[in-house]
Amino acid sequence: MSQVVVRGLQGGYAPGRAALTDVSFSAAGGEVVAVLGPNGGGKTTLFRALLDELPWRRGEVGLSGRPAYVPQGDRTRLDFPLSALDAVLMGAYARTPWFRRIAARDRAAARAALERVGLAAEAGATFGALSGGQRQRVLIARALLQDAGVLLLDEPLSGVDSVSAARIIALFSALQAEGRTLLVATHDVGQAAGWDRVLCLNGRQVAFGPPATVLGTETLRQTYGAELVVLPDGTAAVGVGHHAH
Amino acid sequence: MTGWLLDPLDSPFVVRALAELLILAVACGPLGVWILLHRHAYAAESISHGMLPGLVLAALVGAPILLGAIGGVLVAAAGIALVARDVRLGSDVGVAVYVSALFGLGGLLALVPDAPARLQELLFGDLLGVDGTDLAVAAVLAAGVALALAAGRRPLAVAAFDPTAAGALGVRAAGWELVLLALLAVTTVATVQGLGNLLAVALVLAPGAAALNLARRLGPALVLATALAALSGVAGLLLSYHLEVAAGAAVALCAVALAGLSVLAPR
Repeated sequence: MSQVVVRGLQGGYAPGRAALTDVSFSAAGGEVVAVLGPNGGGKTTLFRALLDELPWRRGEVGLSGRPAYVPQGDRTRLDFPLSALDAVLMGAYARTPWFRRIAARDRAAARAALERVGLAAEAGATFGALSGGQRQRVLIARALLQDAGVLLLDEPLSGVDSVSAARIIALFSALQAEGRTLLVATHDVGQAAGWDRVLCLNGRQVAFGPPATVLGTETLRQTYGAELVVLPDGTAAVGVGHHAH
Repeated sequence: MTGWLLDPLDSPFVVRALAELLILAVACGPLGVWILLHRHAYAAESISHGMLPGLVLAALVGAPILLGAIGGVLVAAAGIALVARDVRLGSDVGVAVYVSALFGLGGLLALVPDAPARLQELLFGDLLGVDGTDLAVAAVLAAGVALALAAGRRPLAVAAFDPTAAGALGVRAAGWELVLLALLAVTTVATVQGLGNLLAVALVLAPGAAALNLARRLGPALVLATALAALSGVAGLLLSYHLEVAAGAAVALCAVALAGLSVLAPR
């Protein structure tokens, strides 16, 4: 059964000025969908649309409950005075009335989530003092505490250390096995090839389907344009700078 | 030493001033932490200074300073919100020009021949002149601000720490930014009677800055900021009494001195 259904989506940051058009796809429980696209291609805009945060949106979006969103770790305020555990506990705020303390079971779940991402020992560490990869894992732990059926992850593997990347990829498999749907924005075509579906965006939907069907040179050229580099052995690579749209 | 500390309390003016400062510390301390975490220090300065025309008009017509402060804050905040949207100028330039214009207008009004000689009081406050009504108003406003900040602690934290994920965490970040600015306006109204239009912002920002330099967690920072705001009030009043200098300025300078000293603390 599909946990994410998108039909004829278009949307943007001002009425009538679409940053993304003609997006239609669906994803079932237990599927990982790679969202590929150049900087400014609409990956974050798609996530904003799924979170119902776009100022202007048309089309149909169906989700099984409120999704959890994992931003890039460098979008958070590193000088904010909180611990890794405090950051994870934010995942329980929406279900905790303002006059109540965070429930003991949520505190236990937050510690378990940190353990799942390999950061149990860092629970009391200041968030801003952690490495980029560790911060990303803390934000994923926060999404785990939200216990959402759908997780939107915005370039979770960009700029993280190899230990964190391995932990995160292993966690994706575990979340898949639990029947959760993951939409993962990435520039890594190699990683996308290992997941269930690939959605290519470049201001519009270029392609959607299994990696074997979608990840051809022509589709990637339409997706990335001049950013695409075709290597001598025929494989495609994407050269991108850090993006901030 | 005990006499040096307690002698000022023989004066009912000093007792009322001390009560006013301790009441204000309850709102100004935690508010300052949130203002700095949300990067609204410039807004705090602007709203405080931009309310001068309202204060002067109230003085001209003989209305209570509180009414002038409310009107001044509303005009200043609305104008700041409007000019900050002008992309041609950029928000900082627009706000700076607008607030300078308001401050100039306030000065112009204060210097008309018929104006009562109260400009100094409006600019620097009259801590030793607060009466029972002022204390009651400050208590109600400060309690309201402190309770609102306590109730909104979680969404305010999310909106400051991770605004891009706030919606997914059930927090309307933009709405809470507005709430914070409204609480800043209320606190400015409460503070201006004692510390004046120029110095009020010191009791909001300086203890918050010191607390964020010293504390590594939000809860302790909020408590510490309140304590430091109260300490600034006590120290400023003592210095004012013994050195015979202006009370509001002494309190503001003590708050800023504590913020300066906090930079020296090891992290």
